[in-house]
Amino acid sequence: MDRIPILKLGGVLIVTIQVDMHDRLALALEEDLTAMIVRTGARGVLIEISALEIVDSFIGRMLVSIAAVSRVLDAETVVAGMRPAVAITLVELGLELTGIKTALNVERGMALVQAGLSEEDDGHGSDRGRYED
Amino acid sequence: MAVTRTETLPIRTGDDVVRVRQRVRALAVEIGLGLVDQTKIVTAASELARNTLDYGGGGDVMAEIVQAGARLGLRLTFDDQGPGIADIEQAMTDHYTSGGGLGLGLGGAKRLSNEFHIASMPGKGTRVTIARWK
Amino acid sequence: MHGAELLRKVVVDDAGGIRDAWLAILAAGMTAHGGRAREGELRTQAGIVVSQLGEGLAAGDLDADGSGFAPLRETLADISRSRALQGFTPTDTANFVFSLKEPVFEALGRACGSGSPDLATGVVSAGKLLDRLALHTMETFLASREEVIGRQGQEIAELSTPVVRLWDGILALPLIGTLDSARTGVVMETLLQAIVDEEAEIAIIDITGVPTVDTLVAQHLLKTVAAARLMGADCIVSGIRPQIAQTMVHLGVELNVVSKATLADAFAVALRRTGRKVVRQQAPTEERR
Repeated sequence: MDRIPILKLGGVLIVTIQVDMHDRLALALEEDLTAMIVRTGARGVLIEISALEIVDSFIGRMLVSIAAVSRVLDAETVVAGMRPAVAITLVELGLELTGIKTALNVERGMALVQAGLSEEDDGHGSDRGRYED
Repeated sequence: MAVTRTETLPIRTGDDVVRVRQRVRALAVEIGLGLVDQTKIVTAASELARNTLDYGGGGDVMAEIVQAGARLGLRLTFDDQGPGIADIEQAMTDHYTSGGGLGLGLGGAKRLSNEFHIASMPGKGTRVTIARWK
Repeated sequence: MHGAELLRKVVVDDAGGIRDAWLAILAAGMTAHGGRAREGELRTQAGIVVSQLGEGLAAGDLDADGSGFAPLRETLADISRSRALQGFTPTDTANFVFSLKEPVFEALGRACGSGSPDLATGVVSAGKLLDRLALHTMETFLASREEVIGRQGQEIAELSTPVVRLWDGILALPLIGTLDSARTGVVMETLLQAIVDEEAEIAIIDITGVPTVDTLVAQHLLKTVAAARLMGADCIVSGIRPQIAQTMVHLGVELNVVSKATLADAFAVALRRTGRKVVRQQAPTEERR
C-alpha cells in the first residue's frame, strides 16, 4: 500500500500531502506520524496541504486527531498552505480544526513550530531532541 | 428543467470515493462552476459517497448535468440499499453519528449545496440528491 | 382602397404636415416633462421617422415586424436606447410613437373626407401599425435599461471589494453598502485570495460603511474570519458604529472576533502584532518652541 513520506528536519516532522487521499491512506498517515513522533522524539509536526483540492470531514478529522495525539506526545502540529476555496468550504461544512495552528505557507509554518519550541525551551530547557535514533 | 447528460458511478470501495470526487470535479469544471463552488460540491459528494459506502454498504451515484433556462447545474443522486435511516431529522443534526464519523456528513452536504433532498426507507435504503447551480 | 396603400399615400403626400403636427404635440409634451430632448434633435428624429414610415408602407406591407420596416425599427431602437441612457421615463418614450397617431389620423381624415368608409380602414391599419412600433420601442427601451442596471450591478460588486495593502503583510478590506450572501461570497473570496497573494498575516475588515449588521451579516463576517484563520491569517473587524453595536447586542448577535472602534486602532494592533511600532520622528511644533 502507498504511504505518504514523512521527512524529519531538526526536531520537526514534515509531511506534504500531494495526492487525493483515499481514507485508508489518511489513516495510514496518522499511524505513521504517531509512530515517528515517538521514535524520533520530534517536537513539531508540519503538514503542508497546498496541493489538497478538498478537505472533507474525514481528512479534517484526521488532522484534528494527529494534532491531539501529537499534543499528548508533546509535539505541536501546524497545518500550512490551505487554499482559500478549501477554507471557505470547511467553514461551511461546519468543521473546526480545534487545537491546530495554521500558517500561510511552509516557511511561516516552520517559523511557527520553531517559535513554539524556543518558547518552551526558555522555560524548562527540554532536551528531548537527543533521543533521536 | 432539462437533463442534458447522465452518468452513473459505482461506490463499492474507498477508491471509488476518490473516483467520484474526481469525476464530480471534472463535471463541475465542465459546466463552468467557480472554484469555490467546485470545491463545495466535490466536498459534499465526498461526504455523501462515504456515507453510501460506510452506512449504506455501498451503492452508486448518478451525476446529471441539468439546465433550467440559461442556468447550468450539477445534480448528484446517491443511492444505497442499506439499512436506511429511521430518524432523518436526527441524522441531519450536526455531530450526530451512528457510526464513527464526525456527524457532519448530511448536514454539511446540505450546507454545501443549493438543493438537498433525502428519502429513506428503513430496511430498504437511502437516496440523497444534491444540486449546485451556476 | 387597400389600407396600406391609402396609408402610404397619405403619409408620403402629407409628410410635412404630419411631421409638423407631431412636433407640436411632442413639444407640448416636452414642456410638461421638463424638456428633456432638444428641439433640433427632435425635429431631425421626427423627420426621419415619418419618411421611413412612408418607405416601409411603400413596400406594400402593414406588418411592423416585416423587412420593409427594418430601417424604421432600427431608428426607433436607436432613439429609445439613447433615451434609456439619458434617463427618460418609459411614458416619455412610449408617447414618442403614440403621439404620432393623432397627426396620421388627422391626415387620413383630410385625405378621405369624414364619413368615408376608407377612413375607418385607414385608421385601424395605422393604429395597429403604430401600436406595434411603439411596443417595439418600449422593448428596446427596457432592454437597454436592464443592460444599464446589469452593468451597474457588476461595477458596484467590483468597486465595493477593494482589498488594500496597508503594510507588508497587513491588508485592509473597507466594506461599503449592504452585505447580502451573494456579495459576501465575492468579498470573502477576494479577501482570502489577497491573503494568499500578499502573504498577509493580518487582514482588517472595516465595516464603517455597512449600514446594518444583522444576524446574517454577522454570520458571514464570522465565516470569513474563520476561513482566514484556517489559512493561517488573523482578522480584525473595525468600524463598528455605536448604533450597530447596540443593535447587535439587542439582536443577540455575537461577533467573537477581535474588534476595534476604528480602522486606525485596528492598524495599530496589526502593526504591534507583526512586531512593529510607529514613533514620531520629531517632537510636535508646540513642544519645540
